[in-house]
Amino acid sequence: MPIALLVVLSTLALVAAGCGGGGSGSGVISADGSSTVGPFTTKAAEDFKASGGVDVTVGISGTGGGFERFCAGETDISNASRAIKDEEAAICAENGVEYVELQVATDALTNVVNAENDWVTCLTVEQLNTIWKPGSKVSNWNQIDPSYPDVPLKLYGAGTDSGTFDYFTDAINGEEGASRSDFSATEDDNVTVQGVSGDKGALGYFGFSYFEQNQDTLKALEVDGGEGCVAPSASTAQDGSYTPLSRPLFMYVKKSSLADTEGLADFVRFTLENEQTIAEEAQFVPLNQEQIDEQLQKLENAGA
Amino acid sequence: MASADVSVAQASTTALPRKRVRPGELAVQAVLFAAAVISVLTTVGIVLSLLLPALEFFGEVSPVDFFTGTTWAPLFLDAHFGVLPLVVGTLMISFWSSLVAFPLGVGVAIYLSEYAAPKATAFLKPILEILAAIPTVVLGYFALTFMTPFLRDQIGLQVEVFNALSASLVLGIMLIPTIATLSEDAMAAVPRDLRDGGYALGADKLQVSTRIVVPAAISGIIAAFVLGFSRAVGETMIVLIAAGQLAQITFDPRQTIETITAFIGATGNGDVPTGSIEYKTIFAVGLTLFVMTLVMNLVSIRLVRKYREVYE
Amino acid sequence: MSADLAAMETDRKSRALRNRLFQIAMLSCMFVAFGTLVVLLADTIITGWPALSQQLLTGLPSTEPGEAGARPAILATLYLGLLVLFFSVPIGVLTAIYLEEYADRERWWNRAIEVNIQNLAAVPAIVYGILGLAFIVRGIGVGRVVLAGGLILTLVVLPTVVVSSREAIRAVPDSIRQGAFALGATKWQVVWRQVLPASIPGIATGSILALSRAVGETAPLIMVGAITYVAFNPTLFGPYTALPVQIYNWTKQPDADFQTLAAAAAIVLLVIVLSMNAVAIFLRNRYRKQW
Repeated sequence: MPIALLVVLSTLALVAAGCGGGGSGSGVISADGSSTVGPFTTKAAEDFKASGGVDVTVGISGTGGGFERFCAGETDISNASRAIKDEEAAICAENGVEYVELQVATDALTNVVNAENDWVTCLTVEQLNTIWKPGSKVSNWNQIDPSYPDVPLKLYGAGTDSGTFDYFTDAINGEEGASRSDFSATEDDNVTVQGVSGDKGALGYFGFSYFEQNQDTLKALEVDGGEGCVAPSASTAQDGSYTPLSRPLFMYVKKSSLADTEGLADFVRFTLENEQTIAEEAQFVPLNQEQIDEQLQKLENAGA
Repeated sequence: MASADVSVAQASTTALPRKRVRPGELAVQAVLFAAAVISVLTTVGIVLSLLLPALEFFGEVSPVDFFTGTTWAPLFLDAHFGVLPLVVGTLMISFWSSLVAFPLGVGVAIYLSEYAAPKATAFLKPILEILAAIPTVVLGYFALTFMTPFLRDQIGLQVEVFNALSASLVLGIMLIPTIATLSEDAMAAVPRDLRDGGYALGADKLQVSTRIVVPAAISGIIAAFVLGFSRAVGETMIVLIAAGQLAQITFDPRQTIETITAFIGATGNGDVPTGSIEYKTIFAVGLTLFVMTLVMNLVSIRLVRKYREVYE
Repeated sequence: MSADLAAMETDRKSRALRNRLFQIAMLSCMFVAFGTLVVLLADTIITGWPALSQQLLTGLPSTEPGEAGARPAILATLYLGLLVLFFSVPIGVLTAIYLEEYADRERWWNRAIEVNIQNLAAVPAIVYGILGLAFIVRGIGVGRVVLAGGLILTLVVLPTVVVSSREAIRAVPDSIRQGAFALGATKWQVVWRQVLPASIPGIATGSILALSRAVGETAPLIMVGAITYVAFNPTLFGPYTALPVQIYNWTKQPDADFQTLAAAAAIVLLVIVLSMNAVAIFLRNRYRKQW
């Protein structure tokens, strides 16, 4: 009977699915966290697999979400675009999750406007603060500077689970999490790219790599942190002249997984050793050799 | 019921011995009942999984603030938990999509039921089913990449990149098959006699359709409308991709908004950190959504029962 | 008299005009609906055609659009479909049999089950996602694995399977049952040997349609963590990403190449979904019994 045949075939297929599959299951390294760092880790995972390594899965729940899972023991690696908070570290300690903090790249947090925005090139930190501070009612470009045209200001930014959000609000508004709330917030920076690309009066912020990939529809603003207008770039991020928005990007690695999870130590070492290649491929700001060696040493000390 | 018939049959022949229930029959009944109970367990599960964290949430946030507040900024330092912007966003989408789906859907139904030849109907109904089968993620993509540019460039509307209108239009089109099939079923159930009576009295097709068939089928049409509306309320992907994530109270469909479902989908993406206030907002909001669709469903059942014309 | 005739003439003409307009209006409703469908399909196919390649079907996801493929996602979608079929059909059909053949309508709990299923059919898919997260991923602790996704999708389509199975069973004439009873069959024998075989085409149609819906669902899977980047074939207890979720992720990338890729993946998904629908329609037409 055809129905019986169908049932038998489907059961066989399910069983095959359950047992088969190469290189997956318990041998999978799981990474989650920042959507800024995500593309970097994904690139590293791809290159690692191409050179014969094990599989790595990469999620983008946001820096905060990533830490929640990491400190609950659910992931091996937590990608973060800011340092771990004290409260988060406490939860990790409570759950017995020990980790090593590794810097894997640098980022120039970039403010972007639509490519057709021809009136602004540089914003001071004070101006950014006026725009983004809690309770701000700035809704038009001419409120930022009277010489700007009468164009409604549409804001796009990072969601509250995002390390980008934490870092930006800390640097611009003086306190992590302090921000006006009436903007399009998303953990996924791609949505911000879409929003700003499509709106002439839009202003948004995210990691430098997202700007680099979309230079035809977006324009990066220079930021005046007190020493004059500085444009975000690999060099200004590396030498620190792009302040206050240049920031380190991290991978937090669970120490117990270094011993238990096959391939994790190799993956992390691979990532660090090839950091400059990966960073360039993924369009991130690479570390200099000195910084790489420093991170490799940290890894050694952690017992890998 | 079949079992009643059997016992009647047995009662009328006095010579037969008493009915012996085979133990296998009891086992079978138990298994069947267990299967049916799974659906009940699902509902219980939904209610529990929503209710408990939501109650915790309402322990920390006053329900008054939640239901009447006009700012939705639950995860910011200066947190506001007014759900109204999300509700308004949801209702806006449902309203505009119903405005599209309902007239078009009923129109399609009238055409299929009153005008189309049987061969044409046999050909057209599967096409309607195809429209209904398109995955919502594809529709959301279509709304963002085709409909929004179309509205901007071709129609000249000043819509934002993420706006309620594109999403509503596409969602409305997606709902047409739902409304059309239910309405058409209701219209098909109207007996021919009623139509023939109308024609016999000299009515034309327009009058028969609008004054005889539609009123006679009104319960089904209302049910279709409510079902379509409630599906619009519950729709996630189209609004998540195309309508935006800016919780604001606005009645201008060209603006960016955020619906309840988009908030849940965006916030629950990949992870819900247990115990934090963020976790609980999802459940409070999810509970609101569940109650909204539940109420609509019950209303629809009542309305159908009230207006149903039974033709025997 | 002639004045009346004249009045009747104009009256008839205007009526004829009104009727014509009405017919055109109804017809245009059809055109809008189908026209949009055509535009949607055309737009998707035209946009995605360049990226439709063997690479897409057999390759692994990548940060380079030129090298990205959706094999793990496609496989996961097919596995999820099988899981849904495996779970929802038995449970759904058994529930339908219970409600149609065994349940005494007078009992409150049977009426409650009926209303319950009706309500479940109206619950938004994302709420099932929340349920799945709380109970299946966390509660039972299965984790963010294919099995969890399959179970949740099963719950999403279960009400639909129950409803369509009930209709199929109900369509079997009572005379069939009576004849079997008259021959001395037990209740279960009647169901198993007469009613069920007669209603299989209807059940199959309904199940396949429900399946095609499950395969296209995205929201519940997002809630239970169908992870972004999965570069290996999925297994029952392993992490996964499904085709609709993959499309969703690619849609969000503003890089135009990924948009093309998303459209191509959408074509693949449409092919899967529409073929299931075609099979269902074929079954319905072929096996439609005239009692």
